[in-house]
Amino acid sequence: MITFESIYKSFGSNHVLRGVNLTVERGESLVIIGGSGTGKSVLIKTVLGLVEPDSGRILVDGQDVTQVKRDAFLSRFGMLFQGGALFDSMPVWQNVAFRLQRGALKRPLAEAREVAIEKLRRVGLAPDVADRFPAELSGGMQKRVSLARAIATEPKIIFFDEPTTGLDPIMSGVINELIREIVVEMGVTAMTITHDMTSVHTIADKVAMLHRGTIQWCGRQTDMAQSGDPYVEQFVNGRAEGPIETLR
Amino acid sequence: MILIVRALGRLCIDAISALGRLVLFALATLSHVFRPPFYLREFFTALVNVGYLSLPVVGLTALFTGAALALQIYSGGSRFNAPEVVPQIVAIGMVRELGPVLVGLMIAARVTSSIAAEMATMKVTEQIDALVTLSTAPMKYLVMPRVLAGLMAGPILVAVADSIGIFGGFIVATQTLGFNPATYILNTMNFLTSADILSSMAKGMAFGFIATLMGCYYGLNSGRGAQGVGAATKTSVQAAAVLILAANFLLTAVFFTA
Repeated sequence: MITFESIYKSFGSNHVLRGVNLTVERGESLVIIGGSGTGKSVLIKTVLGLVEPDSGRILVDGQDVTQVKRDAFLSRFGMLFQGGALFDSMPVWQNVAFRLQRGALKRPLAEAREVAIEKLRRVGLAPDVADRFPAELSGGMQKRVSLARAIATEPKIIFFDEPTTGLDPIMSGVINELIREIVVEMGVTAMTITHDMTSVHTIADKVAMLHRGTIQWCGRQTDMAQSGDPYVEQFVNGRAEGPIETLR
Repeated sequence: MILIVRALGRLCIDAISALGRLVLFALATLSHVFRPPFYLREFFTALVNVGYLSLPVVGLTALFTGAALALQIYSGGSRFNAPEVVPQIVAIGMVRELGPVLVGLMIAARVTSSIAAEMATMKVTEQIDALVTLSTAPMKYLVMPRVLAGLMAGPILVAVADSIGIFGGFIVATQTLGFNPATYILNTMNFLTSADILSSMAKGMAFGFIATLMGCYYGLNSGRGAQGVGAATKTSVQAAAVLILAANFLLTAVFFTA
């Protein structure tokens, strides 16, 4: 379970998070929606220690994330970055097996490669992709490799940051389905950031909308259409008119 | 008037805080040298990049500089009837000053820029964040191997530059200025002291450290987008070059005036 308690974060005069309170239950798939620049990525990064909140507390299974042993703590997480964030200096299989080649989870080279190929197969990539470099792959393939890396060590919690950005609608659908399958199959707790409503419908058990640095609305995905919240309605229906200010 | 004083004050505070951040970064890097885990593969890759692949540019620069130095010393020495000092001055000039400084500036141009651009790109494309989420500290995985490689490759490159520079002077002196090869070598060997060679190696170590550290520091602290990568690369090379020349002055003062 992940609990955010009154999280505040500012970058200079830009107050990104203004008291976020949110709970993600174990085994639940929560999708955070909200406009660009509303702090969705910042919120996820506070859990992993990539961004330090100005105030507030984040608990993962009851443990304060600032009080844990970093390596062991991070080994419970997997993350799919918006742009893939694959290491372009190493071949695909080494990207996928990165954690299995060093640190506490280190395994023999042949075994690490075997796991990488198995994970690549799980995300629909052929074994021959293993020896290619990330720059030789299409955007969709890079996302799949990044997904394979995120699940390589079978983490308990996975974060997906804009998983379908930059992909065509068909590939977006494929990635969404893949994420849903993996989340259900592995029984992980998942947090996904997106403004793609197709992703929301496919991936989410629960949806939270972040607006002006706070959680505007949070509820079951099935209740979203009848939320009665004008902000959610405007966002979901993609309307320019409504309480959310838009630049035209 | 107050505005000018305020602007000057802000400039001083910014400069001091930038220096403070850099010193803390250097100390943090050094603190990782003796703490596991050690990424040997990354270290050897960095050693090849910083050292081995810099050999051609360092060698060629030193060769031509040594040759030009011999011509200059011969021409200048002739003015006061002392053209025979060419071997001694080429040796001392290359070993004490030109060898280390040329190596420092060449690796600032070649290595600092490439490290800064690589790390800045990694930062912009979230690869640095990805490293952290994969339980790998960027300071340990990216910075420490490169800085350690700079520390080790610096003296070796300087030794190569010194030797090739002296060889360049030797070729010009014996082929065009009429020096006897055996006498030239003897004069060079007799004139150089172990203190000259040690100071040269120490400078190489310091310049290797500065060049790699600047690349890592500006790369990891780059701004966003292509502009951020470009700015980090440019600033890292400028800072490395200036710091190398300043460190050269300080080290020369310490070694030869103390």
